[in-house]
Amino acid sequence: MTEKERQQLLQQLLEKQKTDKLTPANRYKIPPQDMPAQDPIKRTSNVNEVATGYTESQARLEAMRCLQCKKAPCIKGCPVQIKIQDFVAAIADGHFTRALSIIKENSLLPAVCGRVCPQEVQCQQTCTVGLKYKDPTKAVSIGRLERFVADLDQNQDAVPAVAPETGTKVAVIGSGPGGIVTAADTRRAGHDVTIFEAFHKPGGVMVYGIPEFRLPKAIVQKEIDVLTKMGVKIVPNFIVGRTRTIEQLMTEDGFDAVYIGVGAGLPRFMGIEGESLVGVYSANEYLTRTNLMKAYDFGKGADTPIALSKRVAVIGGGNVTMDSARTALRLGAEKVYLLYRRTEKEMPARIEEVHHAKEEGVEFHILQSPKRIIGDQNSHVTAIECLKYRLGELDESGRRRPIPIEGSEFHIDVDTVIIAIGNIANPLIRQTTPGLQFNKWGNIIVDENCKTSLQGVYAGGDIVLGAATVILAMGQGRIAAAAINQHLEKKSAPVS
Amino acid sequence: MSHKILSKRRLSEDVFTAEIEAPLVAQARKPGQFVIISINSEYSERIPLTIADADPERGTIRLIWQRVGKTTAELADMQQGDEIANVTGPLGKPTHIENFGTIVCVGGGIGNAPLLPITKALKKAGNKIISILGARNKELLVLEDDFAAICDELIITTDDGSYGRKALVTEPLKEVCQRDPKSDQVVVIGPAIMMKFCCEVTKQFNIPTQVSLNTIMVDATGMCGGCRVEIDGKAKFVCVDGPEFDGHKVDFDLMIKRLNAYKDQEQQVYEQYKKHRCKIGLDK
Repeated sequence: MTEKERQQLLQQLLEKQKTDKLTPANRYKIPPQDMPAQDPIKRTSNVNEVATGYTESQARLEAMRCLQCKKAPCIKGCPVQIKIQDFVAAIADGHFTRALSIIKENSLLPAVCGRVCPQEVQCQQTCTVGLKYKDPTKAVSIGRLERFVADLDQNQDAVPAVAPETGTKVAVIGSGPGGIVTAADTRRAGHDVTIFEAFHKPGGVMVYGIPEFRLPKAIVQKEIDVLTKMGVKIVPNFIVGRTRTIEQLMTEDGFDAVYIGVGAGLPRFMGIEGESLVGVYSANEYLTRTNLMKAYDFGKGADTPIALSKRVAVIGGGNVTMDSARTALRLGAEKVYLLYRRTEKEMPARIEEVHHAKEEGVEFHILQSPKRIIGDQNSHVTAIECLKYRLGELDESGRRRPIPIEGSEFHIDVDTVIIAIGNIANPLIRQTTPGLQFNKWGNIIVDENCKTSLQGVYAGGDIVLGAATVILAMGQGRIAAAAINQHLEKKSAPVS
Repeated sequence: MSHKILSKRRLSEDVFTAEIEAPLVAQARKPGQFVIISINSEYSERIPLTIADADPERGTIRLIWQRVGKTTAELADMQQGDEIANVTGPLGKPTHIENFGTIVCVGGGIGNAPLLPITKALKKAGNKIISILGARNKELLVLEDDFAAICDELIITTDDGSYGRKALVTEPLKEVCQRDPKSDQVVVIGPAIMMKFCCEVTKQFNIPTQVSLNTIMVDATGMCGGCRVEIDGKAKFVCVDGPEFDGHKVDFDLMIKRLNAYKDQEQQVYEQYKKHRCKIGLDK
């Protein structure tokens, strides 16, 4: 559909709406609006954002596809219960500012979530339109609509109102999505909030992990700037557990409450032979070197190097796997193989990321996984030996278990291997915070209010949930902030 | 919050020391720990440097580094009053300090810097200290006086014989190991190859040996795993599991190869930087 055709269709629909309501049949006839994107060939030679965003007519047409179901099943699919049908209706009517304020009642980071939420397993999975087509990609593109209104707001400087100072201090550990939300919500209540960040730049996974081509850093920076304008203090290069402990923060530095949002922490390796060879990376390292440290500008200003790879194998099936594979292409790799031991159906990655990765030329090898990594006399990677897999019975994750096929070994020649199979909990807080309770995987145990076993200490995101998403971390930040505000109110209430 | 250089000195041709404002690190650090620094926040790389000393009252730490590439050269070109954007720490597990009895502290080259605070702490805990310090030549030997002040016995070696004994540190180390009664523990810090050979010596005598590893790091909080080494065949992270390990279990050969992973690229930006500093007259 051309832009002109879209505008014509939009006009027709608007005309029709003047006299009578659009019927579901009318709405089903509106073609789903594809996300405009940079050309697949051209974009692998730059780091700019791939999806370029809806035009106004696209957004309104897409919003008109929404049936405005009375029960709004989409909302049940949303971890933070955004009033989806209301904001979508506002977009259909052309009231974009109103749409955004509806989203912001429940979500603080719409420009981020519109881009990185796995909508097809959340709001779009339960969308009636998608169910009719038995295809979540044909559901109303709620995420793209969210992004559309959030991006219109990027030049605005609205800063949320802050209540009068309460004089109580809140420490937020980690400046990822959970930390940002907790800081904003507790600051709004008038508390004196400080975020402690281990890296030299705030933003957490949104800055070191998720690549620029999927989430531009400027969007994250804008959210950070809002926090600063609200009066939140951000202290970089501060490692809680090493620079100061939680106990020191609370007993010596006068913090009344602490939120732990430190993320997952340690990369998971496979435990196979050859994983310490030169040329084997964790996805965390590969992405941090590229994103945070800007290795793509190495020798042109940036001082952090990264392997000059020609043939890369990326192991895993999640968003981080796709990010790593697509980053390798942008760094100049000629061949990028993605190995996953189940099938595409079981991949946890967003459909759009899988689609983009394929479009860009990442070669998918499903039902395959390395058995060992082979190196030369200099300990540089030269190949991987792989096994083929088949799917067996359902496992505890509800997916069919991958079973290696004996004797199916084969080699793929590569010079770089990136392991992107998830993270395990960083032990630093555990080792340095006596009394804090953890489960057997090293994740912090919290109640339904994100409260830990220690008085005044709350936690959320990956360090609680294991591997989670930006939106889940954000949702927990919201819950924790509400609990912290309540806790501090009780604490500071005058004794009668 | 940037970190001002309060004083800076050249210790030898390529070794420098500076006192840097870092009050939180100065307060928290213990022997054996290190910091990760980057000169600016946009394009600089993050490099781990050991904390040679700290003054919690003044809020300062002392760093010692060897000019081996662009970042360490850039740092060497900075002057008193200049500011380092990022100093993070203290990182790594502190050294386990107790009265073991007699300890041999072996330092090679720049390894003397991290070795000094550990030696001091071990001395304070009541240990008898025999130090062996090695350098390629007299000019490259650093911190001799600091060690002389705290050691019960000090042996100096140089590769070329320009000072002390003409030998590698392994020679006197072997002799000390042969003494009766046997030393209780050996601590070795220096270039990977030197640590490897020292561990081969002490293994023959079955003397427990601690080494402190300085690998390539990015975040230094356990997040990237770039610093991993194989200890007894298992991958360990130097930044969170170390930096100190049982030297008899370290796969030094693999570690050396990993240290050289970016050798060509590092050389390339170092050459660029040398040309740049020549142009702006820094080499005068």
